[in-house]
Amino acid sequence: MEKILQLYTRPFFLLGQYIVLLLQVFTIPDKWKVFFKQLIKEIYKLGVDSLGIVWIISIFIGAVMAIQIQLNLTNPIMPQYILGLTTRDTLLLEFSSTIMCIILAGKVGSNIASEIGTMRITEQIDALNIMGVNSANYLILPKVVGLMLFTPVLVVFSMFFGIMGGYCIAIFTDLVSLSQWEYGIQSYFKEFYVWYSIIKSVIFAFLISTIASYHGYYAKGGALDVGKASTKSVVVSSIYILLMDVVLTKLLLQ
Amino acid sequence: MIIVENLIKSFDGNIILKGINTTFEAGKTNLIIGKSGSGKTVLLKCLVGLHKPDSGHIFYNNRDIVSMKPKELKHIRTEIGMLFQGSALFDSMTVLENVSFPLQMFTDYTKAEIYKRAMFCLERVNLLHATERFPSEISGGMQKRVAIARAIALNPKYLFCDEPNSGLDPQTSILIDELIHDITAEYNITTVINTHDMNSVMGIGDNITFINQGEVAWEGNKDKILTTNNKVLNDFVFASNLFQKVKEAAINDSPEEA
Repeated sequence: MEKILQLYTRPFFLLGQYIVLLLQVFTIPDKWKVFFKQLIKEIYKLGVDSLGIVWIISIFIGAVMAIQIQLNLTNPIMPQYILGLTTRDTLLLEFSSTIMCIILAGKVGSNIASEIGTMRITEQIDALNIMGVNSANYLILPKVVGLMLFTPVLVVFSMFFGIMGGYCIAIFTDLVSLSQWEYGIQSYFKEFYVWYSIIKSVIFAFLISTIASYHGYYAKGGALDVGKASTKSVVVSSIYILLMDVVLTKLLLQ
Repeated sequence: MIIVENLIKSFDGNIILKGINTTFEAGKTNLIIGKSGSGKTVLLKCLVGLHKPDSGHIFYNNRDIVSMKPKELKHIRTEIGMLFQGSALFDSMTVLENVSFPLQMFTDYTKAEIYKRAMFCLERVNLLHATERFPSEISGGMQKRVAIARAIALNPKYLFCDEPNSGLDPQTSILIDELIHDITAEYNITTVINTHDMNSVMGIGDNITFINQGEVAWEGNKDKILTTNNKVLNDFVFASNLFQKVKEAAINDSPEEA
């Protein structure tokens, strides 16, 4: 009976623990100077270091998307420029924000969870607490703010390189003419789609950084448990990204 | 001075500390000894405020930290230095940055003043040659010394050490013990050490508290421990043949001295 009760109450316990952690995180830093120093470090580590993977994935997915759309939408009554238009809108609406953030949840989320988890099991977090430092605020706030600030940059970067990938298909293959591709990527352009992606990415960045930090901060045991916490953080944040994607799409586009 | 009164701590209904009463004196190295699972680490974590006791009091010079509000506790924490079993140095910082960290967080010192104080602490533990190295690049003994330097950076009134000799060779262990003992006397710190190491007990045990099954089973010092009749303590301390011989020698010597 007790176990069944625990099964039902556990999600509320975890949610409460997450909220308590966030309350500790979102307090005024002990020293602003130290906070900004950490913030710069985190932007570099979590954001700038992710530019490479974003660039590579975006250019290839952009290229593949152009080929797939061309193969599946070839129709005499369909204008050729539809290829550029569809590729652009798919990149802007979903790939560069949602899919890229799921990829970032894997790269950045696991990095955050394992870093904080290792600090927890090697007593570095206890050391901070004993010194009187608000460890949650000191460790997590710069990561959350840093990722929320830099993810929109990564998203815009991804949009640009995704379209460049499609461009390469137009230049190096005969699937579509360059003029038709260029016309397509400029047709019916809605600026809001870019803002929509940026808004989504900021919220996803918050989810990635806080969920990963939560799993790392409450890690227990040894190296194996840090690995588990890291994996769990990736799975959980990916699910919440997809869930939030549905909610935000309904709210922002309808 | 730290006074512990009727300290009780349990986890999930399992009582670990069953009403601890003891005193840790200033300017002395106070050792907590006991078997694995006896509650030593839990006691130490209660003392530094990492665990909240179920009941009881912990007085830091007449200030009860158990009933303190977080803000007051935060102030007390700046008077505490702690040396962890695994050193707990920050991996991403160099030795110098590790020692400078508490100074950056809790003082209004200028960069030059922080540097000067950190270098003084590192000189005190004889580590001036390793300032730019990362914790992963130095030995276990050096890591312990860095942790001591970091712990004393803010001139603490209380120093807590959890198994300071674990994983160290006997020679380095003695060096660490002597360092802690000297610093304690030099700055009149209330030092509490949680240890298994009998060499430490015999070497620097000014005040020893033996914990058995969550209770204080014996209190004394390094001289008294050799001649005690407490069976549980004798079974624990003199488990090795070497220490049995030391005890026999001490007992044989005592009538002559008398």
